[in-house]
Amino acid sequence: MNWGSWLLWGFAGTVVLTSILAGSQGIGLTRMNIPYMLGTIFTPDRDRAKFIGFFFHFVNGLAFSFIYVAAFHAIGRSTWWFGALIGLVHAIFVLTVALSILPALHPRMANEQRGPTVVKQLEPPGFLGLHYGIRTPISVLVAHAVFGAILGAFYVIK
Amino acid sequence: MNAEVPKIQDYAVIGNGRSAALVSNRGAIDWLCWPRFDSAAIFAAILDPKIGGHWSIRPAQESKTSRRYIDNTNVLETEFVTASGKIVMTDFMPVTSEEKKRKLLWPEHELVRQIRCEEGEVEVIVDFSPRLDYGRAAPKIKNNGQLGWKIDIGACVFVLRSEIELVRHADNLAAKIALKHGATISFSFSYSAEAPAVIPSLGDSITEKLNLTIDWWRNWAAQSKYRGPYERQVTRSALVLKLLAYAPSGAIVAALTTSLPESPGRDWNWDYRFAWLRDAAFTVHALYGIGYEDDAKAFIDWLLHATRLTRPELRTLYDVFGEDPMSERELPHLNGFAGSRPVRIGNAASDQVQLDVYGEVVEAVSHSFGENEKLDREMQKMLRQCAEFVSKHWREPDNGMWEYREKRRPYTHSRLMCWVALDRILQMAGRGQLRKIDMKKCEAERERIREQIEREGWNMKLETYVQASDSEEVDANLLLLAYHGFAEASSPRMQQTHARIREKLLPRPGLVYRNERSLDLREGAFALCSFWEVDFLARSSRLDEAREFFDAALGFANDVDLFAEEIDPQTGDALGNFPQAFTHLGVINAALSLRDAEARAANLDRQSSL
Repeated sequence: MNWGSWLLWGFAGTVVLTSILAGSQGIGLTRMNIPYMLGTIFTPDRDRAKFIGFFFHFVNGLAFSFIYVAAFHAIGRSTWWFGALIGLVHAIFVLTVALSILPALHPRMANEQRGPTVVKQLEPPGFLGLHYGIRTPISVLVAHAVFGAILGAFYVIK
Repeated sequence: MNAEVPKIQDYAVIGNGRSAALVSNRGAIDWLCWPRFDSAAIFAAILDPKIGGHWSIRPAQESKTSRRYIDNTNVLETEFVTASGKIVMTDFMPVTSEEKKRKLLWPEHELVRQIRCEEGEVEVIVDFSPRLDYGRAAPKIKNNGQLGWKIDIGACVFVLRSEIELVRHADNLAAKIALKHGATISFSFSYSAEAPAVIPSLGDSITEKLNLTIDWWRNWAAQSKYRGPYERQVTRSALVLKLLAYAPSGAIVAALTTSLPESPGRDWNWDYRFAWLRDAAFTVHALYGIGYEDDAKAFIDWLLHATRLTRPELRTLYDVFGEDPMSERELPHLNGFAGSRPVRIGNAASDQVQLDVYGEVVEAVSHSFGENEKLDREMQKMLRQCAEFVSKHWREPDNGMWEYREKRRPYTHSRLMCWVALDRILQMAGRGQLRKIDMKKCEAERERIREQIEREGWNMKLETYVQASDSEEVDANLLLLAYHGFAEASSPRMQQTHARIREKLLPRPGLVYRNERSLDLREGAFALCSFWEVDFLARSSRLDEAREFFDAALGFANDVDLFAEEIDPQTGDALGNFPQAFTHLGVINAALSLRDAEARAANLDRQSSL
């Protein structure tokens, strides 16, 4: 295990992934804002939530990159395309499983069975995150593929 | 019994905050879309009695019908009195608190019908005829024995459970049963998108669901802080709005139906199962006004979320999750309500330009945040975008609030709402809630809009504000110049405009056309405009007239206090989609205005007597 390389490229990959998702939001591809989603687990304040969520998003990025790195070690090599492949599998898992169970885990997220009681809450992401914009799956797939490709291309197996 | 084909006002509504059904006073569910308001209908007989699909439960004999909502609930009771006895049918969609739901395994959506015989003996006919995709296909209904009847559609399943034996005919299930005094039978129809589906139980479970549902609605209704004139109608309007709200997102749809005609036999049939930004300011004003802050804040959150992808441009309407509505298309296989073709789903108005929506959104935000409340960065960003957009585009013609589909015009109301947007933004900036606003530019543009309205929106010859600067006609929405604080109701110009509106647009007491074009087109009176008139009279301190007009307008509601979009001035029949949020918002806001005006008048009386 090359700890320095993991920390460096895990961090870099997370920066790029976050930038792609934030950029997608900025140009109107998706409403999904992962730091905001994570941060509202801890606070309802929109501004503070984004800050806290940003921190947790980076911790998550490093944690997930550890799994990628473990996979590189398991097959004995790290290449951009293998990293991108893991990224795609990761994205599919996020879109189909993680987002669908998020309303059950998130204290401030509504589920689609909620009602008629309303409280100020986050909307549920829906299947593939489609409630956050119909192009959400594209952004998530691209961002995770790039995240994996960066790790695969630059992580050095020792 | 009444005539064969129900009229629009013959319907009442039940729902669960995510979907709703229309129940006719003949005991038929003629409209139900699951899982969402804008999903395909499984019962659509209201749009075509022959092929739309329905679920009817009614006496075999001739009967007299009356109905009511159980007090302060959305639980409907329909009473059928025949020569041999009396039955009461209770229709509802079970609801309860989220805490209680966690302890109960309920289907995602459920509709319960319970019939009890209260006198004598009555023979009851049941006809369950579901049709898929707005009547396009008859589903295969499988007999699951003790577990009821099942309709599988891809990943979704509908389940019908019954306490009596149903017999399958061609495409429907039917039964005929004699109910004796004291007998009760229940049915449950449910929808699940996840397997295994929850099979709802009957018997005592139905009574428990009914009690929980009544409790939930009564608790919600009790949160209203409104005390004042027309309290019953205000409460009913609030309960209707709650049925039009989509709880998971906070959106409020304009109506539950599509293509109920604004003019029977003509093609003015539109899909209203989406959320219009046009309604935003009225919605927030009404919800805050009567004390439903959680619902108002959820709606504001939806506004912020829904508009995220299109800002700085705002669309006219969005679906409940902020997406574009499905593209507008016709359903030629349906004959339409009273033969009014075409039936449309989706709404092309989403592509229109309506500059008034900026004012609606800004006014809604301004109203929902207290003077000392902090606006977060996202909200401030949206307001700045609105300020910039309005400053740049307010001079442009648009389709106007009535969404006319022909040439865009310079509507006075659109200018008014641009003025409102800048005015409220300047107020928030002045209070320190909004930063990085170019105050001088906003003030200058606001003044230019005012000058433009006073110069080009005022017709010197007719001595009235006019619908558009290229028009010589009045529009009822000119009354909103006073509602939004652009002009005093008592000002000479507003009084002259009001006199002109009364002269041109009032076909009979309690009714107001939206504009002079309505007369040419022979469309109905626009129900919301009646309540704008009440509001204006109240603001003008003409309180007796306001009450008189309010009474007359409320007289056009149906027997359970529900309104559609329009009212036929000749027959008094409801026209257009049903029930209509805009109209019920009008009822609440007019009552609030009248209450406040009466309180002001009472204060003045007290002061003058001291």
